Amino acid sequence: MRRPVRFGVALLGVVALLASAACSANQPQANDKKTIKIVYQKTDSFTALDKVFQDAKQEFEAANAGVSVDLEPIQANDDDYGTKLALAQRSPDTAPDVFYEDTFKVRSDVDAGYLLKLDALLATWDGWSAFNESAKAAGRGDDGGIYAVPLGTDTRGIWYNKQVLQKAGIPVPWQPKTWDDILTAARKMKAADPSVVPFNMYAGQATGEGTVMQGFYELLYGTASSLYSDSEKKWVVGSQGFTDSLQFLKTLYDEKLAVAPADALDPNVWKKVFGEWLPQGKMGATVEGSYAPSFWQKGGAYEWAGYAQDMGVARFPTQFGQDPGGVSMSGGWTLAVDAKTKNPDLAFKFLTTALSKKNALAFDVNDSQIAVRTDVASDPGYQAANPFVKDVSSLVGVTHYRPATADYPKISLAVQAATEAVITGKESPVEAAAEYDASVKKLVGDAKVVQK
Amino acid sequence: MAAPESLRRRSRLLPVVPSVLLLALFLLGPVLWSFYASFTNAALSGKAALNPQWIGLDNYARMLTDSVFPLSAWLTVVFVAVSAILGQNALGLVIALLMTRSGGATASLVGTAVVSSWVLPEIVAAFAAYAYFSQDGTLNQLLGMLGVRGANWLYAFPMGAVILANVWRGTAFSMLVYRAALSQVPRDISEAALMDGARGWQRLAFITLPIIRGSIATNLMLITLQTLAVFTLIWVMTAGGPSNASTTLPVLAYQEAFKLGDIGYGTAIASVLILLGMVFGAVYVRLLRGAKS
Repeated sequence: MRRPVRFGVALLGVVALLASAACSANQPQANDKKTIKIVYQKTDSFTALDKVFQDAKQEFEAANAGVSVDLEPIQANDDDYGTKLALAQRSPDTAPDVFYEDTFKVRSDVDAGYLLKLDALLATWDGWSAFNESAKAAGRGDDGGIYAVPLGTDTRGIWYNKQVLQKAGIPVPWQPKTWDDILTAARKMKAADPSVVPFNMYAGQATGEGTVMQGFYELLYGTASSLYSDSEKKWVVGSQGFTDSLQFLKTLYDEKLAVAPADALDPNVWKKVFGEWLPQGKMGATVEGSYAPSFWQKGGAYEWAGYAQDMGVARFPTQFGQDPGGVSMSGGWTLAVDAKTKNPDLAFKFLTTALSKKNALAFDVNDSQIAVRTDVASDPGYQAANPFVKDVSSLVGVTHYRPATADYPKISLAVQAATEAVITGKESPVEAAAEYDASVKKLVGDAKVVQK
Repeated sequence: MAAPESLRRRSRLLPVVPSVLLLALFLLGPVLWSFYASFTNAALSGKAALNPQWIGLDNYARMLTDSVFPLSAWLTVVFVAVSAILGQNALGLVIALLMTRSGGATASLVGTAVVSSWVLPEIVAAFAAYAYFSQDGTLNQLLGMLGVRGANWLYAFPMGAVILANVWRGTAFSMLVYRAALSQVPRDISEAALMDGARGWQRLAFITLPIIRGSIATNLMLITLQTLAVFTLIWVMTAGGPSNASTTLPVLAYQEAFKLGDIGYGTAIASVLILLGMVFGAVYVRLLRGAKS
């Protein structure tokens, strides 16, 4: 009898404590001080945005007395960040006022009612005219309104280690013209030094969007096929290009020209690519984003003084060298205001502070982003940020964007599953493509697919 | 006389009222919500996040055509059967039996070694198991010293690795339960059997095991429910891969609900998991009743 009593008393204590905590949490709202909450991503290797927000917070609080800015970084990878953000947005109690949003989620989150339409507010901001037109489209919803403002964009190309290529007798600067050129060069590197990984492309579900953005789409968009038909607004199934792309991955992995499948299925493989294999000359080339120098430059996660001399960038070629002669993929992140915010004007004002020319320049330089503000792009500080700014910016000419519909994340996972099945040898490219077609039909329905 | 008596009995329940309320609020509430959500197309993003629609049994019908779900359900059953019912349960019993025969020092040494894996928080135990089985991990380094080149265990034998890890982590619980149960077995009965000429294994099978049958059923129920819900261990070690080769139902539910944002389908899988737990629970409760009568 004594035990339950004591237990009950303990519980009462807990309840009382919770109740008092709830009361104290309510107190700040009693007086007139306003708080806006900012949610964004921060990791060990991604602190550029945190720095921008710290600076913007100081500027903003100095300019707006009585308003405090509450920075709430989420420590997670891209996938988990998106999940945590979406969970917070489901309730007005936890929703942020301003948040960091991946461009490919904008449309789907507009449908979900998470994003505030910014057109009226943007009309009052003179900074908006400095954004280039294609970048403005990154935050556009299906209804044509603007819901998010881009921080920067990126492109993807082949990053190669000149020394590894030269050892294999491949002249640098290197520019493969076709898929076969890549295989030929990779085989030469393997022959010259069997211990190097000649040419890496991500594959499998562990690397998530990295698998498709820095891998499969460079292949697929360089064939005559595509993932999605923009004109018909339907997903493409049964295309030769899809099977060919899988076949290319199979060749890379079967001939051990890429990393071992077990490494490819390690979600942290990219850390080894940036931190060990490329700097140590154990990898010939990899398909990666324009942000690659942000890891190697001073203050980056994997500082490497020699990267400017040792590394080179090449366009990823089309399948047979057909026009336009190269492929790149672009994404990028934006800032958006939550539709549930109680202070839309203040939230938007903070957004413009964070995206001012000064702050955008700092972010684009520190994170090796491609500028979306024309005044930043023409700034000498931006152009001198790293030796590759010109190369990766030129890839904008051959770049593609993901079909960012609400169905896209599931389709992307189906693509990742197909690459995983092929590189692990579980299925042939033809079988994996057939399974992809079947999953797409199941995911979006027969009415939203087109056979090509 | 009857009225004060029932009042007294009811007032005895008073101290548990707060815990019952808290359980209802934080355990039953989410379970009921999850059950409700499994009949909708609730999602993390897109139109369905704004206005979830009632879609009846569609999520459950989808399981039948889903290529991953049957595999995942099967892997869950294998995981529970091999790592809990066979592994933890049998190993725990064997260790407990051996400890009753060994000296105090050996017993306490073995007990400490076994229990140390159990007192670790699940995430720490999971990283320890990952560090043991991974490509450059402890196991392969030990094998390397013997001149054997070990496989990449988490990639080549993902289910084997997570099953062993779960046995390593959970055996302590069964061992503790059985140590307590064995200490309750009256010595005079086994001694009588010894006098009748029963061999060791006969005494175990006909005397000891029937006496501790109740404890066996309780233990099986607890470790089964625990193992059904194992998530962190698998997520850290293999994340369900490669190619879903270690995706048990909790991992699948997480992937569908949070990685793909399909809350409706994820909660439907979770509901199936709850039903599975209830079936196991019902079987063990019957066993317990049989043991008592």
